[in-house]
Amino acid sequence: MRTLVQLDEAELNTAIHSQNQMGPPIIEKKGISGAEAVVLSLLAEGVECVFGYPGGAIMPVYDALYDYRDRLTHYLVRHEQGAAHAAQGYARVKRRAGVCMATSGPGATNLITGIADAMIDSTPIVCITGQVGKHLLGTDAFQETDVIGISMPITKWNYQVTRAEEIPEAIAKAFYIAQSGRPGPVLIDITKNAQTEIFDFQYRKCLKIRSYFPKRKVDMNAIQRAAELLNNAQRPFMLIGQGVVLSGAQAEVQEVAEKAGIPVASTLLGLSAMSVHHPQYVGYLGMHGNYGPNVLTNQCDVLFAVGMRFDDRVTGRLDCYAKQAKVIHIDIDPAEIDKNVKTEVAIIADAKEALQALLPLLEVKRYPEWMARFREYNAIEYEKVISKDFAPNTPLPKMAEVVHLLSQKTKGKAIIATDVGQHQMMATRYYEFDEPYSNVTSGGLGTMGFCLPASIGAKIGRPDREVIAIIGDGGFQMTMQELGVIMQYHIPVKIIVMNNNYLGMVRQWQQLFFDRRYSNVDIQNPDFVKIAEAFGIPARRVEKREQLSQALDELLNSHSAYFLEVMVEKEDNVFPMVPAGTCIADIRLE
Amino acid sequence: MQPLEGNQQRYTISIFTEDKVGLLSRITAIFTRRKINIDSLTVSETENRGISRFTVVIRTTPDRIGVIVRQIEKQVEVLKAFYYTDDQVVYQELALYKLPTEVFASSKAVEKILRDNHARVITIEPEFIVIEKTGHEEETTKLFNELKPYGVLSFVRSGRIAIAKPMKLLKVHLQELENISVF
Repeated sequence: MRTLVQLDEAELNTAIHSQNQMGPPIIEKKGISGAEAVVLSLLAEGVECVFGYPGGAIMPVYDALYDYRDRLTHYLVRHEQGAAHAAQGYARVKRRAGVCMATSGPGATNLITGIADAMIDSTPIVCITGQVGKHLLGTDAFQETDVIGISMPITKWNYQVTRAEEIPEAIAKAFYIAQSGRPGPVLIDITKNAQTEIFDFQYRKCLKIRSYFPKRKVDMNAIQRAAELLNNAQRPFMLIGQGVVLSGAQAEVQEVAEKAGIPVASTLLGLSAMSVHHPQYVGYLGMHGNYGPNVLTNQCDVLFAVGMRFDDRVTGRLDCYAKQAKVIHIDIDPAEIDKNVKTEVAIIADAKEALQALLPLLEVKRYPEWMARFREYNAIEYEKVISKDFAPNTPLPKMAEVVHLLSQKTKGKAIIATDVGQHQMMATRYYEFDEPYSNVTSGGLGTMGFCLPASIGAKIGRPDREVIAIIGDGGFQMTMQELGVIMQYHIPVKIIVMNNNYLGMVRQWQQLFFDRRYSNVDIQNPDFVKIAEAFGIPARRVEKREQLSQALDELLNSHSAYFLEVMVEKEDNVFPMVPAGTCIADIRLE
Repeated sequence: MQPLEGNQQRYTISIFTEDKVGLLSRITAIFTRRKINIDSLTVSETENRGISRFTVVIRTTPDRIGVIVRQIEKQVEVLKAFYYTDDQVVYQELALYKLPTEVFASSKAVEKILRDNHARVITIEPEFIVIEKTGHEEETTKLFNELKPYGVLSFVRSGRIAIAKPMKLLKVHLQELENISVF
């Protein structure tokens, strides 16, 4: 008898929970169009702004936006990629999903880079795309593209709506999925007929989905084992990543570090989660991170990773990464456990909740010798790299000098948006972050063109804070048309283009690994100042070190947007560097 | 059957999902992205309405299979995924063979082959006969090879379906997940 019952492995007790659990109705309106339902659904989710671009298949929604323009601000981007990146920038600093909207076909495909970026950097965005009418699906109709198929591997979830009645639940699920667990992008594709159909609208928030387990309770057994490892460690080392930022665990990280005396280093996306001035903070990990944190990863005995995913840019070659250490890994995503680095103790949980549970079990410890090792390595890095980066010994200023001066003038309190390349590494190395939620950059995907639209989204999300976009001359030209958004909506973003007339990072690799064969990195630039001025943005070019300080003051004092082009040293390199595919211990200082 | 390379193992992955459009693509993309060929794939609704079961056979290494299955489970509409080695499952395939009717009339040999292989005739038409054989891939292939000289007009094989030997019920797995989760 027993076997008969138990062999029925697929038996599912549907009474456990129904497919989706929805809350009580919060908005109801009878006899409205699907398009109006889209707008009301967004409002029900507390959305204040949308970044988008209209077109044929999404026109009914744009028509509905017109009626709600006093409650929902739409920012017209100049290319849909900008809409996705702006939504990302907004999400990163506002700590809630950003929303972007595009029409079918090319509108939707232009979002793809931003969606992929949001996927790999766990950024919650909700993308709404128009689609041809249901009767035209699969007929190669005008501007028909299989957006669901294209976006499938780069969305956390996506869904095609073909009936108006599906709209509220689809959007409710979209927001729930995008913002819960490990956040990510979702896409809702809405056929044109669904936008025009009339139905009785009722909005309920999504509370639960039967097949989706976004977050786990903290496993106290695992916490206990982690505490034992940390309490008995000789040389513990804590690595923090974006999980700390996403869960808002900055205070807990600091408390754990202070109580247990553990040195803390950050990944690229974890930056600003801990002030660089905190005595337990020892620096920045990764390919162009600090010397000490990289080298000493291979000397610690307990490696305590919190909300980070052991990206290859952090680990270098895995078979020589922290092999001596016992690894404790806190991550909300079970798929990250043991993906790259085998763990001794896995804690699948929200970083904040896990650290709160851990804190009382930790003993008060101090590791003066171990901490001193970091200072020794930092002193070496200062002598061999940093002092040279700051030395005013070249005809043109160096990127590091610009960032250093900016950091001093803003006291590390600004939101720094960066693009991808040398300027990004220099900005993240030398900006002395002293305020949380201040680092907006494209980490995992490394998307050139990310910065300008992301900085616009960030400024809209946090108008109370100074937002400074630091961009290279190459990446700027990938999305510089978004200056139009700054012009049209008077968004006071401060832009610094560090111009070396090169695709600098690629040039650096060509210099170091391709025998100085500079293949297609010498970029001829337009007159950026004239371009900014054409968009009505006050602009200035700095060509001498002596002008820099005053120009930065002008930028920071400006109440409107401001554009500053700084001509920087042409063949500047970013060091330290862990060459791709090598061991972190083989980090090069020159 | 595809040969195993290096320290590869053959794994049967059972995936329970919501019955939703596009989920097949989401799941196969997890293999495609890692350049893993799917040796066999079957999808069907379970006895629970709205819940589908995918049975996927792949070859990969023991250190990668867990990573892959966790990526599958991560999909929002996947309820739970399990992986098994061949000795942890009872599995079966179905094969159909179409032969000209005259080969039965002209020789007793075919009849003997069918008896020896425990195959059965499921349709007799004036021009052709359809034979059915269930078993492991090796067994259905063996029958095909034996029938080949008599002119197999058509041969089709289903993917593997499998039932796991471990006794724990899906609903228990789900209840456990539910208990350790917060929503």
